[in-house]
Amino acid sequence: MRRTPLYECHLRAGARMVDFAGWELPVQYTGVIEEHRAVRERVGVFDVSHMGEFRVYGPGAEEFLQRNTPNNVVRLKKGRAHYSGLMTERGTYVDDLLIYRRTESEFLLVVNAANRARDLATLEERAGETVHVEDRSDDYALLAVQGPRAESVVAELTADPIADLRYYGFLEGELLGASALISRTGYTGEDGFELYVAAEQAEAIWEALLAAGATEGLVPAGLGARDTLRLEASMALYGHELDDQTTPLEAGLGWVVKLKKGDFIGREVLAAQKEQGLDKQLVGFEVVERGIAREGHEVLAGDQVVGTVTSGVWSPTLEKAIGMAYLPPALAGVGTEIEIRVRKRQLAARVVEMPFYRRGE
Amino acid sequence: MYPTDRQYSKDHEWIQVEGDVCTVGITHYAQEELGEVVFVELPEVGQSYDANEEIGTIESVKAVAEVFTPVAGEIVEVNGALETEPELVNGDPHGGAWLVKMKVAGDAPTEGLMTAAEYQAFVEGESS
Repeated sequence: MRRTPLYECHLRAGARMVDFAGWELPVQYTGVIEEHRAVRERVGVFDVSHMGEFRVYGPGAEEFLQRNTPNNVVRLKKGRAHYSGLMTERGTYVDDLLIYRRTESEFLLVVNAANRARDLATLEERAGETVHVEDRSDDYALLAVQGPRAESVVAELTADPIADLRYYGFLEGELLGASALISRTGYTGEDGFELYVAAEQAEAIWEALLAAGATEGLVPAGLGARDTLRLEASMALYGHELDDQTTPLEAGLGWVVKLKKGDFIGREVLAAQKEQGLDKQLVGFEVVERGIAREGHEVLAGDQVVGTVTSGVWSPTLEKAIGMAYLPPALAGVGTEIEIRVRKRQLAARVVEMPFYRRGE
Repeated sequence: MYPTDRQYSKDHEWIQVEGDVCTVGITHYAQEELGEVVFVELPEVGQSYDANEEIGTIESVKAVAEVFTPVAGEIVEVNGALETEPELVNGDPHGGAWLVKMKVAGDAPTEGLMTAAEYQAFVEGESS
């Protein structure tokens, strides 16, 4: 199994390690609920160095990305990032990803660890002579500092104007005097930053964040809390809500799909789907009875199986079991009563609005 | 760590027999493996079970565990506090978070059960 540059730090912090996409990563330190609440109320730091980073550059880079992804790269300004996907011809995603524009002709793509190899193969196969694609994943460590007090913690490590960054803005500056890409992004539904640093700097920055965050109540947080946080914020996870059989429209990501930008791979399928309507649609639900719906459980309406749970957790913020599932559009309306088969029982549940949690509410 | 006034099963339950009533709970090791408990599902008073039958489930943030009764008997009391305070299972597994009391059918069981010292050695073997 692969280890991130912070492996020893996790052991020192008392982490319980698990296998995630071939990486040995911390699932929790003190407890999922405690770490989750620390991020919602104060600040937490996550090691997400398993994520992949690709450098895409060259005179044809903008046009190349415009053709391979559904969001509008031409409208993406230098110093900004956006959420998008790597398209298949079938209108589905090879992967979901972030695109950072560094210059007119240079971009950074951030991809899921589990899909890194096939993302790279897909991009290399499609790239012409005017585009270079480099897998730089092993050069970077990635730390996510998330929570309402994230800014004051990160500010202790840099003189760069991070307070001026808006959501999805980034700057290339320094952390502890070493080069870093600092972006105001995250996967928790809170304010926060993602710090792309050289792998050999990771340990010093991790320790400095823990020290700087001590007065703010910062805790290290693991994959367990990352999952409950992202699910409350209704953010999709590839391999759960997304796969290469599911279009971004079905996944509720219509806001990413810019059909008017011109042609791109899979556009025709998406345009047709938009016109003809969807066969399945991602919905959020809450469990009404005591019990937790988890990934893979069947969803029933009457005595018919109508879908499958893609993710399900106990929500520490709402203090109830929540989840997401694909259902026929006729059953996707808020308030629709459904049941979820959990082992020998069937739990009553109901379709609710997403996101489950929105900061500041 | 493990109180010596009771016996332990390989499924990580403890039982404490007083007269013909047996109290059943899960061990410290079991709660630690499960992580933060959020739901406890217990049987109805009056139901009878054979030894090693499932009597309930404990659900944590990460996983779900079935609870098996190490003894045969009838449920005479369930710990209602766990419905509103499931986290007691993590905080006080050998005390306040007992699960059920059963009226033992026949002789008090001993077969396959361990003493505190034997159980301690057993879980050290499991986790290494």
